[in-house]
Amino acid sequence: MKKFAVFLCAILLVCAVLTGVASARGTIVEAAASFAEGNGKIARFVRIFIDEGGYRQVLRGLKNTMLIAVFGLAIGILFGTLIAAVRVMPRYKRLPRILNRICSVYVGFFRGTPIVVQLLLGYYVLLPALSLNYPALYVCIAVFGLNSSAYVSEIMRSGISSVDGGQMEAGRALGLPYSTAMLRIVIPQAVKNILPTLGNEFISLIKETSVVSFVGTLDIYVAFNAIGTNSYEFMVPYLAMALIYILLVAAATALVKLMERRLARSDRSVSSH
Amino acid sequence: MIEVSHLTKKFGDLTVLDDVSLKVDEGERVAIIGGSGSGKSTLLRCLTCMEDPTSGSIYFEGEDLADWSVDINHARRKIGMVFQQFNLFNHKTVLQNITLAPIRLGLSDLHAAKRKNLWYRLSNPFRKQKKALLPLMRTKKEIKEAAEKTAFDLLRKISLEDKADAYPSTLSGGQKQRIAIVRALAMRPKLMLFDEPTSALDPEMVGEVLDLIKRLADTGMTMVIVTHEMRFAREVATRVLFVDGGKIVEDAPPEELFEHPKNARLQEFLSKVL
Repeated sequence: MKKFAVFLCAILLVCAVLTGVASARGTIVEAAASFAEGNGKIARFVRIFIDEGGYRQVLRGLKNTMLIAVFGLAIGILFGTLIAAVRVMPRYKRLPRILNRICSVYVGFFRGTPIVVQLLLGYYVLLPALSLNYPALYVCIAVFGLNSSAYVSEIMRSGISSVDGGQMEAGRALGLPYSTAMLRIVIPQAVKNILPTLGNEFISLIKETSVVSFVGTLDIYVAFNAIGTNSYEFMVPYLAMALIYILLVAAATALVKLMERRLARSDRSVSSH
Repeated sequence: MIEVSHLTKKFGDLTVLDDVSLKVDEGERVAIIGGSGSGKSTLLRCLTCMEDPTSGSIYFEGEDLADWSVDINHARRKIGMVFQQFNLFNHKTVLQNITLAPIRLGLSDLHAAKRKNLWYRLSNPFRKQKKALLPLMRTKKEIKEAAEKTAFDLLRKISLEDKADAYPSTLSGGQKQRIAIVRALAMRPKLMLFDEPTSALDPEMVGEVLDLIKRLADTGMTMVIVTHEMRFAREVATRVLFVDGGKIVEDAPPEELFEHPKNARLQEFLSKVL
């Protein structure tokens, strides 16, 4: 029931925004314009959003949000896979044991502290301490990447252990080194198994980016909040913000579904090429 | 060809192999039989260090494989292994399954040779005795083509070339195991190890796999086979080992071992399985 109500709100909002956009361009009949005018809150939102260039801020915020989420996930997958590979390494020798120890401390830190704390530490403590001067956006990408690498490493580790041990054995028996067998045989199958979970990670990453305003990065939240502050009216901007997040997540979900279908090829009869 | 001396393998406190010594000569076909838990599979797996021996040594082409400093991957290229559960790579087509290792290893050899040549070229001006550059045998493309050609030749021999682009999940158990054997053969091994190759198969598929192993035996391939198929062991093997309690209890040609078993435990075993 709740879902349905939210859905209904979203649809109403889309209609209102569309009418607003259309009327502002003057391409629709007066009736629609008077509807928008009659609805004071929406009209105010539309005025700031369109006429005063609020949409530009929103687009920039959207771009930042997507940059942080996409590059964050890319870094996360890269480092996460590395960490996972280290953590499943057989520990006969000393080097893997030390690496494993380091990795578990790393994962413990990034899973044990809130992302806001990591952002603040990164931007206000680490950066000045190293006397570096990077834009807050880069710091956000790096922190979100490192943070998600901790989560992805756990996901990847479960993925790797879900692959039958015989696969690694068969690879090694053919004379492939551990790293090659891992990279070419085990990890591709692990990724297939964990793709839905990885999709979830991406979705939560998109949503978590809403805290980057703590270090002064412009994102969707900051943009809509500014509109709200300018118009003394928060309902419409915040609902619009919710809608944008829903759309982003829906797009991410569709993308993951598409990839899943592509990777499921080896479960079907014959390859497509 | 391969020589095991005083091999012991322990899993924690459990001694699975107890001071086993064994020598397999070129062209021999050794069948290993024994009850479950007797250590026969572990013995086979120790031959390529799939299980690391607790103590003892395994000599293959003059190198002790049990020694940590020896590059085990190099020896494993020359020792093919076939598993009970086939272990085909599920995300690769049949053709990719067969060509994966030859291509990957070929490329890594090529890159290693190139790296070395670069180093020689850079360091030669400072050497009194110039080092000759390593000859680069093949290009990347040639490696791929050669691997694919070998794969198709092998697939043709088992008449499965029409399955080259199929994924393992669509194949029957017998087809999977035959492809697993071919995958091992694509590395041109000198020694083939079979770990109960027919135990996971439906009865009607056992025949096709055994036929392939027999054909392989006729080519003079050295083999070590762990099996429960006594008739097959008798037919193919030149030597049969009976393993019990982590020791090789009897080691004789098949006729002798099956007709006149000396060991009491072997007599009991044979009376149950034959």
